[in-house]
Amino acid sequence: MQDPSAFTLSGRDLIGIEGLSAGEITGLLDLAEEFVELNRQIEKKRTTLRGRTQINLFFEASTRTQSSFEIAGKRLGADVMNMSVASSSVKKGETLIDTAITLNAMHPDILVVRHHASGAVALLARKVDCCVVNAGDGAHEHPTQALLDALTIRRNKGRIQGLTVAICGDVLHSRVARSNIALLNTMGAKVRVVAPSTLLPSGVESLGVEVFRTMEAGLEGADIVMMLRLQRERMAGSFIPSVKEYFHYFGLDEAKLRYAAPDALVMHPGPMNRGVEIDSAIADGAQSLIREQVEMGVAVRMAVLDSLARKLPNA
Amino acid sequence: MRNGRSHSNDSRPLLLANARVIDPSRGADFHGDVFLADGVVKDAGFGIAAAGIPDGAEVVDCAGAVVAPGLVDMRAFVGEPGAEHRETLASASHAAAAGGVTTIICQPDTDPAVDDPAIVDFILRRARDTAVVRVHPMAAITKGLEGHEMTEIGLLQAAGAVAFTDGHKSIMNAQVLRRALTYARDFDALLVHHTEDASMSQGAMNEGAFASRLGLSGNPKAAETIILERDVRLVGAARSRYHAAALTCAESLEVLERAKAAGLPVTASVSINHLSFNELDIGAYRTYFRLAPPLRGEEDRQALIRALASGLLDVVVSDHLPQDVEGKRLPFSEAEPGAIGLETLLSAALRLVHSDQVDLVNLLAALSTRPAQILGLDAGTLRPGAAGDVIVFDPGMPYVLDPRSLKSRCRNTPFDEARLDGRVLRTVVAGRTVYEYV
Repeated sequence: MQDPSAFTLSGRDLIGIEGLSAGEITGLLDLAEEFVELNRQIEKKRTTLRGRTQINLFFEASTRTQSSFEIAGKRLGADVMNMSVASSSVKKGETLIDTAITLNAMHPDILVVRHHASGAVALLARKVDCCVVNAGDGAHEHPTQALLDALTIRRNKGRIQGLTVAICGDVLHSRVARSNIALLNTMGAKVRVVAPSTLLPSGVESLGVEVFRTMEAGLEGADIVMMLRLQRERMAGSFIPSVKEYFHYFGLDEAKLRYAAPDALVMHPGPMNRGVEIDSAIADGAQSLIREQVEMGVAVRMAVLDSLARKLPNA
Repeated sequence: MRNGRSHSNDSRPLLLANARVIDPSRGADFHGDVFLADGVVKDAGFGIAAAGIPDGAEVVDCAGAVVAPGLVDMRAFVGEPGAEHRETLASASHAAAAGGVTTIICQPDTDPAVDDPAIVDFILRRARDTAVVRVHPMAAITKGLEGHEMTEIGLLQAAGAVAFTDGHKSIMNAQVLRRALTYARDFDALLVHHTEDASMSQGAMNEGAFASRLGLSGNPKAAETIILERDVRLVGAARSRYHAAALTCAESLEVLERAKAAGLPVTASVSINHLSFNELDIGAYRTYFRLAPPLRGEEDRQALIRALASGLLDVVVSDHLPQDVEGKRLPFSEAEPGAIGLETLLSAALRLVHSDQVDLVNLLAALSTRPAQILGLDAGTLRPGAAGDVIVFDPGMPYVLDPRSLKSRCRNTPFDEARLDGRVLRTVVAGRTVYEYV
C-alpha cells in the first residue's frame, strides 16, 4: 500500500466524486483512517495546515457539515473562519462571483463552499486561486458525505466492492445520493435506489443503479441500507401525498429492515426526520451506523483538507 | 437611416454582378446579376451586366458569391424600451446587418410591454431614426403580457404591429387564448405563441438523464406538446392564423404535422440554437446554453433538421435574446435564459447546408421568403419591384467567431469561439448598402 501521508489528489479542488479514480478514493480513505486514530486521542492537533487560512462559506444553513469542516481544519492547525449567508453581503445583493473575488483577495488557502444551486461551487472555483472543497451544491454533489459513508462502510464491512447498497428515499433532491452512487459504482458496489417514482430523477438508471419502487423488493438481501432525508423544504409541488403515507411505504422500520441481509447496516446522512423516513428504534438500534458516520465525517474532511493542502504553493 | 459608409451613395443604383443568384420565392438558383435602383429590385437575371452598365450605377463584382433576399428574423428581442443596456434598436440593427438580417421582427416583452398603439408608434419612430435595417414590432396578445385581458388587436395592427405574441410566455388560460384567436380572425391577425406550460417549465434545462446527472431540475417535452396540442384544438375551432414560436422536440413535430394535414392555418418556427445544439452542450453548467425553451436531445435536433428540410417547419429564427454579464455569470439554475443570434444566424444555419442536411434554396426560404409571406411583408423575394433588401454572402468562407467583434450590446453567444463557414459580405436595405465585410 502506498504511504497515505504522501497521498495527493490529482486536482486542485474537490468538486465532486465524479472524476475521482478508485485509487484516489482509496487514498483518501486510507489517509482518513489515520485521522480516525488521531481524533480518538487526547492530543488531536496536527500542524500540517499551520499558517493556512480556511474559509467555510455556507450559502445554505448547515450544522453538522459546517462544524465538521471547522473542527477538521482546526485540528490540522488552520485558521478557520465561518461565513454564513445570513450575516453576509450576499443578502445585500452581491453575486456569488463578487463574493468569490472579494474573499479571494484575502488570500485564503482553502475555501469550503456550500450553495443551494447545482454547479455553483464549480463556478466559484474558477474565479479563485485557492483550493475549493464542495460541501454540497444544489442537487448535484456532496463529495465528503460520500467519502465518509464509504469510510464507515469499509470499516464495518471490510470492503466496498461487491456489497449491495440500497439508497432509499428522496433521491430526486439529494446530492448525497448522486455522490454516493458515483462513489459506490467506482468502488465496485451494486447500487440500488428505492423511492416512489415522483422522488426519482428522470433517467436515474443511466447513473448506474437498479431502480425499485417498493422497500420490500429494494431491500431484499441488501448489505447496506442508506436512508435519505425527505427534503420537505423542497417539496413545493406535491411529490408525495403525506408524511404519513410516505412513512407507511418508505419509512425504515423493523418490518422493512427484515427484508435486508441479516447483518445489514443502516446509514443516514442526517439530519434525520424521525418517524418520516426512519423509525427511532432503527436509528438508535444495533444495526445503525449513524453516529459513527458523524465521527468519520471529521476524519474524512481532515484527509481531504490535508491532501489538497499538500499541493498548495510553498507546501 | 444612418450609416457612415452608405451616406455617399444613398441614391446610386447598385448592380450586383457575377453572382450565384438565389431567389427562394421562385425556387431560382442561377448565375447572373441583380440590379437595384430607387430602393427596389429592378431586375434579377442573366446578362444584365453584359447588356450595359446603367448610368451612375455602382457595380460590385460578386465573384460567384451568393446574392439572395435579405433575411427576415421573426423572433428577436430588442431591449427598447426599458432594457437599452441589453440592446437598442440601433445596436440590434447593426448586428442584424452584419448577419444579413434586413428585417427584424421584435418582441413585445419590453418594459413597458408593447400592448398599446403608442408603444408600437414609438418603436417604429425610433427604428426609423436609429436603425439601419427594417424593424417591425409584434404586439402583445394580452395586456402587460399577463395572460388575462386581450390587447387592442385592431388598433395595434393599424399602428403597425405585424403579429401578436406574449413573447416568451405561454397564455395558460385557454379561454383567453380562444377569445384572442377568435377575435384576431376578424382582422386576419397572426398570433405567434410560445408553447411551454408554465407549471411544467420551472426547471433549468431539458428533463432527462443529463439533467439528473447535473442535479438540475428539468422541463419535460410534454410541457411543450400539451400546449401545442391545446392550441391546435383552439385553432381548429377559431380558424385563425397561428404560428408556434419555437418548437424543440420530435413529439411537437407530430402535432404540427397533423395540424397541417388537417388544413389548419398553423405554421411554426425553430430557433437556430435548437438546430445547432443539444442539451449535452450545456456541459459543465455553461449558462450561454440555458435557453427557453431548453435545448433537447440529439434525436430531437435531428428531427428538427429533417422537418426543416421537408418544409414541415416553416421558419428559422435567431431567437435573439441578449443578456448582460450579470444575468449570465450566475449558477446555471439562476442564470437568465437566452442567447444572442442575429449576427450568427446565417453562418450557423449554413452548417446544415455544408452537412448536406438542408439545401441552400430551402434554407434561405425558411430564413426569408416564408417568414415574409407569413407576416405579409414585402421581403424575401428578388421579383422586380420588390423591396431592395438583398444580401451578398460567401457560403464557404471560414472564420472563428470572436465574441468581441459582435455588434450586439451583449456577448451571450453559444457560438463563442466556434468555427463557422459562411460569411455575409454585403447587406443592402432599400437599395442602400448598410453593411460591408472588409
